[in-house]
Amino acid sequence: MSIQLQDKSEVEARSPAAPPRPLRSLRPKERAGDRVFRYLVLAFGLSVIVMAAAMLYELTRNSLLTWKAFGPKFLVTSTWDPVQEIYGALPFIYGTLVSSALALLMAVPLGVGSAIFLAELAPRKISNACTFFIELLAAIPSVILGLMGIFVLVPFVAKVEPFFIKHLGFLPFFAGNPYGVGLFTAALILTIMILPYITSISRDVILSVPTPLKEAAFGLGATHWEVVRLVTLPFSRAGIMGSIFLALGRALGETMAVTMVIGNVPKISASLFDPSYTMAAVIANEFAEATSDEYVHALIAIGLVLFGITVIVNGVARLLIYKTGSATSQKAS
Amino acid sequence: MSREMLDNFDQRRRRNATMFTLTAVFTAVSLTLLFAILGYIAFHGISAISFNFFTKLPVPLGETGGGIANSIVGSAKVVGLACVMGLPVGILGAVYLAEFGDNKIGFAIRYCADVLNGVPSIVMGIFAYTVVVLSMGHFSAFSGSVALALIMVPLVLRTAEEFIRLVPGSIREAALALGISQWKVILRVVLPTAARGIMTGAILAVSRISGETAPLIFTAFGNRFWDAGMMNPIATLPHTIFTYAIAPYDDWHRQAWAAALILMLVVLIGNVTARILMKTDRGAAH
Repeated sequence: MSIQLQDKSEVEARSPAAPPRPLRSLRPKERAGDRVFRYLVLAFGLSVIVMAAAMLYELTRNSLLTWKAFGPKFLVTSTWDPVQEIYGALPFIYGTLVSSALALLMAVPLGVGSAIFLAELAPRKISNACTFFIELLAAIPSVILGLMGIFVLVPFVAKVEPFFIKHLGFLPFFAGNPYGVGLFTAALILTIMILPYITSISRDVILSVPTPLKEAAFGLGATHWEVVRLVTLPFSRAGIMGSIFLALGRALGETMAVTMVIGNVPKISASLFDPSYTMAAVIANEFAEATSDEYVHALIAIGLVLFGITVIVNGVARLLIYKTGSATSQKAS
Repeated sequence: MSREMLDNFDQRRRRNATMFTLTAVFTAVSLTLLFAILGYIAFHGISAISFNFFTKLPVPLGETGGGIANSIVGSAKVVGLACVMGLPVGILGAVYLAEFGDNKIGFAIRYCADVLNGVPSIVMGIFAYTVVVLSMGHFSAFSGSVALALIMVPLVLRTAEEFIRLVPGSIREAALALGISQWKVILRVVLPTAARGIMTGAILAVSRISGETAPLIFTAFGNRFWDAGMMNPIATLPHTIFTYAIAPYDDWHRQAWAAALILMLVVLIGNVTARILMKTDRGAAH
């Protein structure tokens, strides 16, 4: 195959019709074997784009029944009744968004705070060691955190919740019963899971702030914290935002740990202590047991929504991180 | 800015100290979380591990004892096949990115891979389900491998690219100057030079997919018995932990902790090894 191509290209090169090669090009003409090889590896590279397109296609094709039956209303109605074949995804979308937002609320101060400490104050060696360990948190499989969640976090939260209900129960967020499982517990677990992403990437971004800028502020008599607040953080805003979006993407799609602690009740409730459900969790719990085509299609429709949301969130995250130009993409994976 | 600067100097210094103390506390909290989790799992896991645990099949409900030998072997098989499918695609794609990819197509591929890295693994699982399980008509170890391979490709693509780029240009030029064609230079000179880095990237990806549970629930599905091939449902370690953890039996919980310890050791050893190797490699190249 490749020999044949080689011959052909040589013939072409010698034929008088071939345009003369520009003289200023110092690159040797690409040999046929090289061209074949380049296209071959290009094909492998393009496989990820094909993969993304195929995912979109397959998820759409296999959720058509749902879109046909319910249309966009699927996203805004909240009845989930597989027996009656009535499907509305709102409780799952709600649970996903609220648990992720709550997790960000806790993880962002914790993560960015740690990043500031690690980048600005800690000696480089200690900082590197700490970052190494914090990144290790991200490597713990989700199902293991879920196991911890079931047997440690849920009983703990069940003990803590009555205190909040007693003293803050007049607020709708803290009303209800102390089940232990629920949105709040899921958010706690998600916080642990996304913390490493925020810390690690934010630290890299903060470390890449040019020293002269900071020295200028020091020279004006600013304290170290003022330098952080008025120079470092504004300068690294895009990168930190990128890390937060990346963490949000993780939180939205996190499946096992959340499934194991959120209680799995498709109901929208203002209380953070009530059991809830997320998009990823309902797929994990019900997919293998879904009996009818309509049921499977409804679950895949949720998968499609999840795919869409995470692609957008990660797309934004990556652009923000690329913008800072630091080589942080590796850490994120 | 000005208002703050004019404040009382002591007050500003106090705020400085408070805020930095707070950031230190945050760091300590993060680290404590890690060690608490690792310690707790080690503590609970060790007490449940026995010889039988590694060599026996699960026993029928109601009996205590038994092991999860089939899950351990099952995980190894599913992950192994995923590597066979995912690694070549990822590494060859990385060759394109590193050697020819400084253009728009390269950017598109890189961006797409990074975005796919953030797509939830359960969505990858649905994709594997629609493509493999639906066409085969039943759950299988093979479909689980496909799901894990899909997760692996974008990961390997990006790490391998980085390490192929680290190969010094002078090595390429030296080989090209001998008149060797470019594709041979890449395959015989560049890739072997980058092999160590590519391997570490592969280890990292393997440690990541070994812990994946969500996509296996409706692809590999699980199985309480031995299965020799790849075409039937198969038990995997993370999925067994999940099933055992949510079941109401104490003996299953005990085994879930033990299985979690084993899985955690595999994943963390892979992850730590890869990252230490990576750090030294990156350091050496710069």
